[in-house]
Amino acid sequence: MATNGRGEVVIEVRGLTVGFGDHVVLDGVDLDVYRGEVLGFVGGSGAGKSVLLRTIIGLLPRRAGTVRVFGVDPVAADEAGRRAVERRWGVLFQQGALFSSLTVRENLQFPVRENLRLSQRLMDELAVAKLEMVGLDASVLEKYPSELSGGMTKRVALARALALDPDIVFLDEPTSGLDPIGAADFDALIATLQRTLGLTVFMVTHDLDSLYTVCDRIAVLADRKVIATGTMASMLASDHPWLRAYFHGKRSRAAASAPPPRTGLQE
Amino acid sequence: MPEVLLTAAAEGAEVRLAGAGAWVAHNARRLEEEIEEAARRYGTAARVAIDMGRVERLDTFGAWLLERLMRGFAARGAAAEIVGLREDQRALIDVVRAVGAERPRAPRGSPLAAALTAIGVSMAAVGGYVGNFVAMLGAFMAALARLAVHPRAFRFTATVHQLDNVGWRAVPIILLITFLIGCIVAQQGIFHFRKFGAEIYVVDMVGILVLREIGVLIVSIMVAGRSGSAYTAELGTMKMREEIDALRTMGFEPIEVLVVPRIVALVIGVPILTFLGSMAALYGGGLVAWLYGGIAPDIFLSRLREAITLETFEVGMIKAPFMALVIGIVACVAGLNVKGSAESLGLQTTASVVESIFLVIVLDGLFAIFFASIGM
Repeated sequence: MATNGRGEVVIEVRGLTVGFGDHVVLDGVDLDVYRGEVLGFVGGSGAGKSVLLRTIIGLLPRRAGTVRVFGVDPVAADEAGRRAVERRWGVLFQQGALFSSLTVRENLQFPVRENLRLSQRLMDELAVAKLEMVGLDASVLEKYPSELSGGMTKRVALARALALDPDIVFLDEPTSGLDPIGAADFDALIATLQRTLGLTVFMVTHDLDSLYTVCDRIAVLADRKVIATGTMASMLASDHPWLRAYFHGKRSRAAASAPPPRTGLQE
Repeated sequence: MPEVLLTAAAEGAEVRLAGAGAWVAHNARRLEEEIEEAARRYGTAARVAIDMGRVERLDTFGAWLLERLMRGFAARGAAAEIVGLREDQRALIDVVRAVGAERPRAPRGSPLAAALTAIGVSMAAVGGYVGNFVAMLGAFMAALARLAVHPRAFRFTATVHQLDNVGWRAVPIILLITFLIGCIVAQQGIFHFRKFGAEIYVVDMVGILVLREIGVLIVSIMVAGRSGSAYTAELGTMKMREEIDALRTMGFEPIEVLVVPRIVALVIGVPILTFLGSMAALYGGGLVAWLYGGIAPDIFLSRLREAITLETFEVGMIKAPFMALVIGIVACVAGLNVKGSAESLGLQTTASVVESIFLVIVLDGLFAIFFASIGM
């Protein structure tokens, strides 16, 4: 597995090209994600952020390039190899993607039940533990997804993504649709979980506050390529026109002046 | 031989437990057994030390089981402590320690009460269903009355679009099915009537049966399965995605925009399909009578002319729009009853098809009584 000064590379994307019909969405994308970091992935609406995420986890076909997660290409690997990799990641979809005909308890236990043969008692206790870790409690266990608010849905979906204690979590716009207080809570939650569980987080987001508070590194997608990766400071210092527009726009100044990076997260 | 995850050594009143290996998800089943075993065997110990120094990896599963063991000892009054915990593992243990103690239980009542509740709920559902059906019929009629006053509000394009879906596109399959049914009825008739030398009466049977009953019934059942289910799924998905609420907030009445064009299209389409289907069935019957029964086409036609009257044809055609109305109302009621989940959409679509077929047959029976009593 490739390493450089920053540690082990857990996701390695090289020359990735993805398109639909005549429309090329990603053209030769290179990206590395290191173990234990929170990578914020930004780009304009429709630039292909979610497409990259969905291609990495193997939901979309690619035209060229390689994707390696823990050194394994999930698409090229055989059935057993792919399942082994899939068990090491959890995905939080934009709309939560909770199974609407299962209760919260069944949603949380579904991946556990399918992959591990545990006692019902342990699964019940762990369901509560995961719910409390994401800031909910046992009272929502018997609810159906349609009875949950937007913020609760996101939290339950995050708990389900964490159900198998994955090494990587992919978050697709985790704070979209949440109020600023809820979004800040969610950011803090991600940071706390990342530290306690030692997660690697790949987060697609538009939320500048999230970028400031939880992300160690930022990757920027524009013109069908990753045009820059680096810390928030290096993004702010860049004079690429798109980066200037994004990070120095009207909305970003408020975010920049608000909370200092990665503090105030302890609750 | 898998490694042992927990070893124990008793020194007088003090018990030393030592963890080892990977306390992670894929070992959780074994770890739970070993931990329960240790808790049972050393339940009476006064002091317990758990050495985590040789545990290489720890995740939520392992951390929770450790916490369960600690709580078990604490509940029995033993002084338990964890030693040798790595700094990066401590944070996880702290998180797990904060988790609420009581184990949640799925609510469970007595089976008799559950059975009685289920009966009561389903009876109430039947009552509610009749209410919904009548309410939808009323809303549809009221919308038609409003449209009669303001004809410009009628959604002509949507109606034509629906008519294309439920009428025009259904023609090939309806023709095929009714043709085959006509063939089968004629073949069976000839086969059995031949014993009495009465093959020619097959023409009477096919003519009356197809025009009065089979044509309209087969077409209605096909339409219920083909278009009723589609209506329910469409409206149900729109309900789930809040599109119907969106329409309402823009000042549109969903009944007028969504339900009226669909039902009107069915009421126009089903009689046309019934006519086409009846003709196809007669054609199939005539073909079999000729090829299998040796009844030449001109004899078939002249016999048919004697056997049926315009009334026979009218009975079938009069029923068709009523069948369409029932199918449309049932499908729209079911569609608008869909709740948030995919499962509910499936349930309502099934209910829509089953109920409309049931009601179509019941209605056919009522029509039979009605026509008999007026002598048609």
